[in-house]
Amino acid sequence: MWPFECGEIVENQEPEKILAKGNEAIAMAAMDSRCLLYFGYPITPQNDIPEYLSKHLPALGGEFIQAESEIASINLLLGASATGARAMTSSSSPGISLMQEGISYMAGSELPALIVNISRSGPGLGGISPSQGDYFQATRGGGHGDYRMIVLAPSSVQEMYDLTCLAFNLADKYRNPAMILGDALIGQMKEPLIRRKCAKMDLPVKDWALTGAQGRKPNRLKSLYLQDGELSEHNWKLHQKYEQMKKEEVRFESFFTEDAKLMVAAFGSMARVSKTSVELAREEGMKVGLLRPITLFPYPEKALYDLSQRVKLFLTVELNTGQMVEDVKLSVERDVQVYFYGRPPGSLPSPEEVLEEIRKYYG
Amino acid sequence: MNSDRFYYNIIVAGFGGQGVMVIGNLLANAAMIEGKYVTYLPVYGVEMRGGTANCTVVISSQQIGSPVVGKPHAALVMNLPSLIKYEPLILPSGLLFINSSLIEPKETYRKDIEIFSVPVNEIAIDNGSPKLANMVALGAFNQKTKLVQMNSLFVSLEKVLDERYHHLIPSNIKAIEIGAKFVQSLP
Amino acid sequence: MELVFKRPECLIDIPFHFCPGCHHGIAHRLVAEAIDYFKIREKTIGVASVGCSVFMYDYFNVDVLEAPHGRASAVASGVKRARKDRIVFTYQGDGDLAAIGIAEGIHTANRGENITIIFANNGIYGMTGGQMAPTTLLGQKTSTSPYGRDFTSDGYPIRMAEMLATLEGSAFVARVAVNNPANLMKAKRAVRKAFQMQIEEMGFSFVEILLACPTNWGMTALEANRRVEEEMIPYFPLGILKERKMADYL
Repeated sequence: MWPFECGEIVENQEPEKILAKGNEAIAMAAMDSRCLLYFGYPITPQNDIPEYLSKHLPALGGEFIQAESEIASINLLLGASATGARAMTSSSSPGISLMQEGISYMAGSELPALIVNISRSGPGLGGISPSQGDYFQATRGGGHGDYRMIVLAPSSVQEMYDLTCLAFNLADKYRNPAMILGDALIGQMKEPLIRRKCAKMDLPVKDWALTGAQGRKPNRLKSLYLQDGELSEHNWKLHQKYEQMKKEEVRFESFFTEDAKLMVAAFGSMARVSKTSVELAREEGMKVGLLRPITLFPYPEKALYDLSQRVKLFLTVELNTGQMVEDVKLSVERDVQVYFYGRPPGSLPSPEEVLEEIRKYYG
Repeated sequence: MNSDRFYYNIIVAGFGGQGVMVIGNLLANAAMIEGKYVTYLPVYGVEMRGGTANCTVVISSQQIGSPVVGKPHAALVMNLPSLIKYEPLILPSGLLFINSSLIEPKETYRKDIEIFSVPVNEIAIDNGSPKLANMVALGAFNQKTKLVQMNSLFVSLEKVLDERYHHLIPSNIKAIEIGAKFVQSLP
Repeated sequence: MELVFKRPECLIDIPFHFCPGCHHGIAHRLVAEAIDYFKIREKTIGVASVGCSVFMYDYFNVDVLEAPHGRASAVASGVKRARKDRIVFTYQGDGDLAAIGIAEGIHTANRGENITIIFANNGIYGMTGGQMAPTTLLGQKTSTSPYGRDFTSDGYPIRMAEMLATLEGSAFVARVAVNNPANLMKAKRAVRKAFQMQIEEMGFSFVEILLACPTNWGMTALEANRRVEEEMIPYFPLGILKERKMADYL
């Protein structure tokens, strides 16, 4: 087997608990998932990922390329992925914008790969403080055309590791790019981490990979379809794939739902802050729960819908001026009140500030 | 710390270069070794307003929600801008640990919190290691709060410091001990 | 009777879609012949660009990947980095390589990626209908330079081969034409040499081929052939600009 072909997950070297940075956990997970090819361009606040991998990949026989731009990075990734190898890139918001063309081509050509967005604040050059302003871009495809990306939103350092492993598996399972959407808070934070082996998944053989047409017909990977009806058929096929993801891959976490009168919905870093707010609210006797989507696409629509049969107050907390709140509104029953608390980048809301909002709407 | 539920958070703040991030890292790593849940959150870049670098450490016996802390139990401030920023935020009956080498004493500290001053730079200079004022502060702070075992801090040095600095571990341990002894010697 | 001329094994037996008198078919054939010559068809991966050359995957009997516009050299670099045991080439037009993808082209050469770029330069955008290319000659009329290319607004035609030859990373750089039998034989040798360089792991190889585009030049095939000789070659001189010897490594 060629060294970079996707195969057995590497046995973890150090099962001991270490204090690790979120960004580094992604890099470790990539290596432990046998992703030995990295292409990227430096941008704050995700540089720990390329720095870590540039140090460790050569010793494993891997390739680390600092490309001339994010455009080159995503296309190097496209090429590597086309050979059936596991490969990744990482960047932050402005760089991810530059990659959108390539991501669209990868979705169209059905190429699996991991794209990490440790997002920062925009629009434009914006700033480097944490932000969840890329939610729409990540969950709506981002580039041109009618496609979706698998989007996972970790909210702890351990999840940065675990969901990176999962993202490689889901990308391979569906032949689709997968994204880890984090932010500077989760990326720069340190927490205990165990490099544990990720759950085994039955993955299809990559018989589509470009490895040289030896003893078989040539393989073609493309997204151009000009024959009558061909493109329509291709789009329906992609759609079926996204529908299957919605059936099989939704992941979320919930707390205190049983008796909740108000549900907070938040993802990633804001779910961490909100969790403390919910605990504080419980201490004050308010029946408040938390729903945290782990997959942003596919979105936990059904979980929200089911909850909304009995919970009629929702509060969405985001580090932006209102994006995921639209998905919450689309998911819940019509008689539900969905409130929003968020703020533009600059400062992080404290648990006490979110608690204040909970009090306001709890009534 | 055998109580059923333990939860404590602290903000460490100072000028960039004073080694406040190392203090936070060591506390977090030491608590992790002792089986606690921990989060360590550095504040970097444009958020370093007022010339301060800071980090937040949360230590708990249970899973930690927010790594962001609005009102800390304790603040360890190494310079004046940090004092100005964090004194008002500390929880009532919380702890304000002041580096009195760089912060002039004043009369108007909050009355509902404990003020604890240690001249960490002077102690470090007197002991021939002016660059280790942060370790003196850590030793003193930990002696005061008993957050973690001193030995856990010593063990953590190897994990937290870059390999390039491992030859400095003995002097770091000494500085932590000196800080602790200073607090022990107080009346 | 001895068969003296046949379709290369590496080309699929279907008609090209190219216009009458277009040189793309000849350039495709040169690439296919080189692949056959080295018997590397089963280990070759081609990267198609956007433009008239995009249908490469319909013609070449090798694994082919389609790249976004301009990005073929970056895509090929990714393929090669993942499979260093394979032969990887791109076939890119002048819009793809010299305009939208010039950064990727330069950095691919500069990294000394062990791949081969075949650069099809006909000085015009063929597929989109005859717009100005970065290699359109001064004064040349196109659908977006109706008064002729003017350097004050359009800049000068870019000499890609010369530019890439200056980079330490490039190992073999040549410019050839296929407008007459003598040039064709030289072109054949250059393309073969480029693949040989890659097989021998000498680094980045680049062959610029001057092509005629009678349709968009508004000429007959013969007129277009003459124009290559009389107008293009004087501005884009033919020859081997750089050839790294094994000794350079020692």
